[in-house]
Amino acid sequence: MQKKLNEFSILVSTVNGSGSATANNALMKAIFKMGIPISARNIFPSNIQGLPTWYSLRVSEKRHLARVDEFDILINLDKVVLADDLKKVKKGGLVLCDQPLAPELVEQFHGMQLPIQEVLEKAESPANLNVYLMNMVYVGVLAALIKIDISLIEETINQHFSHVEKAVKPNMDVVKIAYGMVTNEMTEACPFELEKRNLNEGYIVTDGNQAAALGALFGGLQFSAWYPITPATELAECLNEYNPQIRNDPETGKATCVIVQAEDELAAIGMTIGAGWAGLRSMTSTSGPGLCLMAEYIGLAYQSEVPVVIWDVQRVGPSTGMPTRTSQGDLTFSYFLSHGDTDYVILFPGNVQECFEFGWRALDIAEHIQSPVIVLSDLDLGMNNWMTPKFQYPDLPIQRGKILWEEDIEQILKKNNGKWGRYTDLDGDGITYRTLPGNTNPRAAYFARGTGHDEFANYTEEPDVWKNEHDRIKKKFKKALEIDPHPILERNYHGKIGFISYGSSHYGTEEASDLLNAEGKAVDYLRIRSIPFQTEVNEFLQAHERVYVVEANRDGQMAQILMLNFPELAGKIHKIAYLDGLSLTAQSIITCFDDQEKK
Amino acid sequence: MNLANMVERTNSAGLTRNDYSGESSTLCKGCGHNSISNMIISACYELNLRPEKVVKFSGIGCSSKSPTYFLKNSFGFNGLHGRMPSMATGALFADTTLKGLGISGDGDTANIGLGQFKHLVRRNMPMVYIVENNGVYGLTKGQFSATADYGLSLKRQGQNVYLPVDIALEALAANATFVARSFAGDPKQVKEIIKAALSHEGTAVIDIISPCVTFNNKENALHSYSWGKGHEDPLHEVEFVPSRDEITVEDFNHGEMREVALHDGSTIMLKKVDKEYDPTNRKEALKILADAIKNRWLITGLIYVDPDAANMLDMYDLPETPLNRLPVEKIRPSKETLEELNQKFI
Repeated sequence: MQKKLNEFSILVSTVNGSGSATANNALMKAIFKMGIPISARNIFPSNIQGLPTWYSLRVSEKRHLARVDEFDILINLDKVVLADDLKKVKKGGLVLCDQPLAPELVEQFHGMQLPIQEVLEKAESPANLNVYLMNMVYVGVLAALIKIDISLIEETINQHFSHVEKAVKPNMDVVKIAYGMVTNEMTEACPFELEKRNLNEGYIVTDGNQAAALGALFGGLQFSAWYPITPATELAECLNEYNPQIRNDPETGKATCVIVQAEDELAAIGMTIGAGWAGLRSMTSTSGPGLCLMAEYIGLAYQSEVPVVIWDVQRVGPSTGMPTRTSQGDLTFSYFLSHGDTDYVILFPGNVQECFEFGWRALDIAEHIQSPVIVLSDLDLGMNNWMTPKFQYPDLPIQRGKILWEEDIEQILKKNNGKWGRYTDLDGDGITYRTLPGNTNPRAAYFARGTGHDEFANYTEEPDVWKNEHDRIKKKFKKALEIDPHPILERNYHGKIGFISYGSSHYGTEEASDLLNAEGKAVDYLRIRSIPFQTEVNEFLQAHERVYVVEANRDGQMAQILMLNFPELAGKIHKIAYLDGLSLTAQSIITCFDDQEKK
Repeated sequence: MNLANMVERTNSAGLTRNDYSGESSTLCKGCGHNSISNMIISACYELNLRPEKVVKFSGIGCSSKSPTYFLKNSFGFNGLHGRMPSMATGALFADTTLKGLGISGDGDTANIGLGQFKHLVRRNMPMVYIVENNGVYGLTKGQFSATADYGLSLKRQGQNVYLPVDIALEALAANATFVARSFAGDPKQVKEIIKAALSHEGTAVIDIISPCVTFNNKENALHSYSWGKGHEDPLHEVEFVPSRDEITVEDFNHGEMREVALHDGSTIMLKKVDKEYDPTNRKEALKILADAIKNRWLITGLIYVDPDAANMLDMYDLPETPLNRLPVEKIRPSKETLEELNQKFI
């Protein structure tokens, strides 16, 4: 029998709140440790206990890590969804569940009933733990069937339970007994197999929220206020976890970063902007509904020129929408945030490594241009475990921008014959010099405000002053291009057609580009990483006859913004926009692409 | 040059009263807020505070415009309607040697900002929080605020059919550690209470009845000058004694005296007026507020104080150097730390 080697997908469906995450992570990490590229996605309900939850794994030597719609292996512990789950399994796939397969299905699939009761009885595990330990049965069985190195599962479970024997042993007992119950014949008959590779050297496994929190802490974050919201909560919880470990002063033990759980998002952004104004490197983390509440305050930060980072882990909106499903639907809102004319630097991390990198870089950019920076991550990146290159230490020292302390003011006054105010554009780049509370120079203090003000921050309604001030502010966003991340040409097949994508839609787009190329259709792919657009975006549009913008929202928000920015090229821009709460698959992108190409 | 005059005109910080002034007020003539601004100037001058050690905050409304009318050499931020407390909370972490001074109004605090107000108080972030309370929206020309008295008539609004929010009571319910009420027509008391509030190491709420001469100053309105003048009922006479001054018994030998010692060594002296009142007793404070509401008393003075309560900054072990002056080397962990973390994620 020709086995499928290192290139297949697995769907695990369980009931949420049953502790299946431990089992699923054990599978993912063990396969990762075998050196085979793998991606994992948790599809879970907005609920604590008792509803169906899915976990999908994709093993891919070719490094295709996007979501798939059809699976090779199904593990089902939730009868309620079995019939639906089976529709997602390819013919000839492997099905493991806790009941015998119906006779009409036996021919379609390699079925096996999981010996759950038998294993638990043999393991003599405490009855109260059985509901959790039963998940370890499928870990053991699957490990034997597809040849996952069981010592790596043990290693992972040890890591998970911090080597606490009392927790590790009952789990490993179950895994080993279940593993032992699979006969050689059964393994031989299994159509899927793993074989060790060495493709994950230099990689780690973590999620985008954790990466963002650590990135910010390495970026010199000093203040973060937050309010719980799925799928961003974990980011703040990671800040809480790591802040005392890595940010207390090694000499004095004192805190150098303050984390506050606010009473709501209105207060979270207020505190963060207050801190940013007073000279602390500040960030808040939230999701769509929270961003809506923050809009007015972010407008104030734009107007009074306060550096602050807003990290949005997007979920499906509008309204409460689907809180536990992913989307890229907050782009248009972010782009136009607040009443009046505004501009924002928006960053799009496309993988977990970039969540770390933009964690520190966003703080630099915010302080450089003294304005809010919005980072659009999403649930797919933020809450799933990903294999990712090790975090790279920042390649730039911390950039604090134009800040004047007591002596600096004296020098700047001398240089400019006494003429300097908080909003005086001395360098002609739109970015002015700011002072921070506590500065005792008699010229330092100023009164920040959201109202119209002159270069000395005094209130004014003078038409010319308003216009000049806001023309100056606009200039800052040209300056931002100097330090904003550039787009990446992810695929260059020298085609006449191009894909543009960003964020977590990267994975589906990259795979679609590869698959189309294999069919003889050369489609290049540029991944945008920031707004305002760098020149490469314009060049890419110029260089291609048609460009499809791939994104996980209904209306094609990035496509619309590109059309606004490049009206003369708008005719070339086409949309591949799709939102159902799941990350985009290569197949759905290709279908949509082919449909439009036919026209 | 007359040296004696010069000495008279500067305080021990070497500053004149004018060093504490601001722009000229653009509020209406006779507005209670102007009187409060003057008392802030006097209090800071008399306390020898350096203006650069004070940070001003405000929300939106007539009250919130006033921080530009005093302490021109202090940093300040005029934020959003009802959301000054959060901004102040974040900013005050940057340098904990600074004194926060928030100016709000009744609409800013008791309508749109009630949530942020109560959470500021609950966290006990050290700052002075003054509510310039006139029961009416001034900048939008005379609508009821949440503190407007029941039955009040306003020109274009008709009658107020809702019971008012009592700011001092809301503060106490949120476990405030310093609650005072005063009347802009009693500048001496306003000044002494502000001084005491500036020494309190927690959120100090001062609800000051500050009449709006343009929209809500009818004789029988609870927020009017005439009502205040006729009905102010001080709980005690308030005198603030800064730490460096020795309290001499002769100054206070008339009548009974109560002393509240604050953490910075200063003392609030409370002289009995006609009835016994213990502002360190929360139950008594709640009762006097309930009685005042029932009987339409304008009680003023220090309603409640707990100088020993833990505050928000106590919850963090902050370094001596202000956070906003930490050098960049202090805020980025080492390469080795990152490598250790990377190992953890393999």
